[in-house]
This record gives sequence, C-alpha cells and structure tokens, in this order.
Amino acid sequence: MADQQHEWILRLGDDALVLAQRLSEWCSHGPALEEDIALSNIALDLLGQARALLTLAGQRESQGRDEDALAYFRTDREFCNALLVELPNGHFGDTIVRQMLFDQFAVLRYEALASQAVDLELAAIAAKALKEVRYHAAHSAQWVVRLGDGTEESHRRVQKSLNVLWQYTAELFEDDAVSKACDEAGVQPLNGSFTARWTEQVRAILDEATLTCPESTALLTGGRSGRHTEHLSYMLAEMQVLQRTYPGAEW
Amino acid sequence: MDLNQRFEAYIASDQKIEAKDWMPDAYRKTLIRQISQHAHSEIIGMQPEGNWITRAPSLKRKSILLAKVQDEAGHGLYLYSAAETLGISRDEMFDALHTGKAKYSSIFNYPTLTWADMGAIGWLVDGAAIMNQVPLCKCSYGPYARAMVRVCKEESFHQRQGFQIMLNLSNGTPEQKEMAQDALNRWWWPSLMMFGPNDASSKHSEQSMRWKIKRFSNDELRQRFVDMTVPQAELLGLTVPDLDLKWNEATGHYDFGPIDWSEFEQVVAGNGPCNRERIEARVAAHENGAWVRDAAAAYAEKSAKRASSQTSAA
Repeated sequence: MADQQHEWILRLGDDALVLAQRLSEWCSHGPALEEDIALSNIALDLLGQARALLTLAGQRESQGRDEDALAYFRTDREFCNALLVELPNGHFGDTIVRQMLFDQFAVLRYEALASQAVDLELAAIAAKALKEVRYHAAHSAQWVVRLGDGTEESHRRVQKSLNVLWQYTAELFEDDAVSKACDEAGVQPLNGSFTARWTEQVRAILDEATLTCPESTALLTGGRSGRHTEHLSYMLAEMQVLQRTYPGAEW
Repeated sequence: MDLNQRFEAYIASDQKIEAKDWMPDAYRKTLIRQISQHAHSEIIGMQPEGNWITRAPSLKRKSILLAKVQDEAGHGLYLYSAAETLGISRDEMFDALHTGKAKYSSIFNYPTLTWADMGAIGWLVDGAAIMNQVPLCKCSYGPYARAMVRVCKEESFHQRQGFQIMLNLSNGTPEQKEMAQDALNRWWWPSLMMFGPNDASSKHSEQSMRWKIKRFSNDELRQRFVDMTVPQAELLGLTVPDLDLKWNEATGHYDFGPIDWSEFEQVVAGNGPCNRERIEARVAAHENGAWVRDAAAAYAEKSAKRASSQTSAA
C-alpha cells in the first residue's frame, strides 16, 4: 500500500505541475491584462500544490528525492499526469475548456481527499488546494459560458475545443491497482465514483454556455502509466534544461 | 490670481492634485506621457523575464519568478488606471504602444540570455527603477503618487529576490559565477542609461521638477544608484565593467566612466536587439485576444439585456 499511496500522490502532483507549467506559458500573452494575471495566479496555485505534493511523495518514497529531484530528473515515461493537462495551450478557448474540464474533476477529488482521516498530511494539502481549485473552477466555468454564449466566432471556436479535448476526459475516471488500493485504504474513493457528478456539473456549464456536449468517441488514455502524448517530452526538455545541463548546482 | 497661478501656488505648497481638479493641459499631457510610458514598461518588461519562467531551475525559483512577472502585470494595470483618470482610455494607450507612438523603458529591448539575467534584472534594473520611482510616491498628482506607493513596495521585494539569485550564483559553481559576471557585464551600462540623458541634455526635466512630478535630476539619481550598487557588486565578488570606476574621497561618491549615449539613442530609436520582437509579441497577444474580448463584451451585453427584460417583466 505504501508504494501505491506514494504513486497516488505523485499522480496528483504531476497533474498540478504539468498544468502549472502549461499555464505559465501564457504569462505576457493573455488576451487582456486581467486575464494574464488570472492565468498566472492559477498557475501559481497549481505550482504550490505540486510542490507540496511532490515533497510528500518524495518523503513517502524514502529515496531522498525532493520536489526538484522529482520534477527535474524524471523522464516523460516516469511522469504520471493525465494526458489532458499536458496538451498544448492552443488558443485561449482551448486553454479555458481544458481548465474547466480539469477543475471540475479537481474539486471533486480534493473534496474527497480533504475529508478523509486516513492520511492527514495529504488531507491538509487537499484542504488548502480545495479552496484554490474552487476559485479556478468558478473562473473557468464563467469563461466557458462567456465564450460559448458570446459571439458566433467564440461559440464556434470553443465548441471545437470541447470536441477535441473531450476525448481526454475519460482517463480522469479510470481506475487501476493504484486507485483501488487508495480506495481500499480509505484515502480516496475510486475515480469512477466521480463520473456522475462531474458529468452533471459539466453538462450544466455547457448548457448555460449553449455548447453541445460531445458524444463519447475515441477516448485517449495512457498518462497514468507513463504513455504520454508527443507533447510532454518537449515540455520537460524545456522545463528541465538547467538542472540537466548543470547537475548538482544550487540555484 | 488666475487658474494657472492658483495651480502653481497649490503645487508649491506641496498639495496633491486630484483627477477632477483643474490642471494646465501641459501638466496633463506630461503626466499621461510619463504614466503611460511607465505602464507600457511594466507590460513590455514582462517579456524578458517571462522568457525564463518555463525554464526556471527549481520549482521555488519558478514560483518566485512567475509571481514577480504577475506583479508587473498588476503594476501595469494600476498605472493604466491612474492614467485613465487623466482622460485617456486603456485602448488609446495600447494603440500608442502598438504603433510605436508611445515609448517604454529601453532596457527591455535587451535579451535575457541566461538564468543569471533574472538575477541581474532584479538586482540592477529593479534597483534602478526603485531609485527613479521612490520619489514618485511624493509626486504632485495624487492617483499616480498612490499607485507608486504600492509599486515601490513590490519592486523593493523584487530587487532583493534578484540579489538573492546573484548571491546564489556567485557562491555556486565556477560556471554559475561566470554566468553572474556575464550578466553584470551586459546589464550594467543599460541600467545606468535607465536614468535618462545627462541633466544638460534632458528635455523634459526642468518643467517636471517645477511641477513636482520629478523630484531629483537624472544625474543625481544615477549617482545614487552607482553609490548603492558598487558595494553590492563587491559583496558578490563580481567586477563592475567600468575601468574608470573608483571611490572619490573628496566628493564621497564613486566616479564612473562615460556612458555610450550613441547606444542609448540607437535602442530608443528602435534599433536595439529586441525592439521588434517585444512589440510584435505584444501586438500578437492583443490581436489573438481580440475574439476573446469581443466575446466577453457580447456576453455582457446579452446578460444585461436578459436582466433588464426580467426586471421589466417583473
């Protein structure tokens, strides 16, 4: 169980880190100053979550790896984030739809993690993260509605974003030996148990946004076991360049 | 006493001018020019540092840098708001920036080539900015003065963070120390140029001093910066790239070598290493965001209509 719980925390940390890295790419390129600030804020929250989670994962692993060792010295095959969060930012609508799909999931996951008493360290991180992701969820839902119910162009654009990104959502709810062990230990119920509430909430947002919920078609998966899209390796090459070029240096 | 005399007397007695007070056109124009230039500098200044966010060498450094660049967007926001109190819109100011009519600080037209540049910008560029900006907290125009109080608090935090990066590099591996020295070599002279032309050739200074928009001359502030920074470079074990630099017992200041103003003029004229890239990136962000802003406006309008039809139905 200890191994699986460590792997579990790593997944949470990788989701947060990889999405933070993506969102930070928006800095100084946002559609308006206010939104530049908002996206950076969300990135900073996620980065803070990632640091706490990777630190905890490293402690549980007991191999002396800290947050930076885990962030900078693993390959893409060792990252276990969901594919959704590693996808390139695309345009603002792509980023916001990705964010909404993820935020709605993150809220449910952190609610569960914050309310269990089996792993108190994880519960404490989750309680703080929950406050943050609730704000993120409100922000991304509002934008999906604005863009969906804005102009013809914005509607067309985000409907397309949604159709593409939808294929990556089923992965969030998959269960395997790791999530089953966490469920049995009472840390978090199965991912699959969130599906109904997530679907209900996402549909409500899409309805308000006058967007059509895509039919489930090809559903893409693999991130939890290290089989990623082609994009992650490039992202890590950029993120890890200084640590890899000057190993052992303190910054 | 006419309006103008009353205005001058008011300023002379160290009172603040507020948005709705009468002010001479030239005072208004000078402030719009200066505040919008300052706002543009914050916004363009996000780019050279934004360049290293995705490559920051630790998660802690990434988070500090991201927060810093976000602060700059915030500074831009409240400076644009301060300028708006003078009767110009953010769109008009953006337009002036994007078409090259408005200037921004030339320092941001230099490239950030290594991680050490994040240290050098914080230490030197923010350090120079603080020298310029602290007196602005007492500027005669109230909204600008108040915005600057907040800007300065954050800038001094940034300056310390920059110095901390330099300190870590200077105490690090030989490669890191070399990186730090290289950054100092590249950023030193452009930082001195940030204070603007020598007093004798500064065209806006005299009037601005009388209006208490400006409180110290370019050369005075530059000298203060050199006096403050040279001992810090010594503490870092780095060499300031100026062979003429030496302590002058008689004046109690450091003497330093002549500034290459032809380089300054070239960069101001648009021929610096990154002028084109900075404006292009800024224009691209604005243009790529147009459909998003349009959508937000259209949605706000629809929502307002729905709300008013609900009210009238009730």
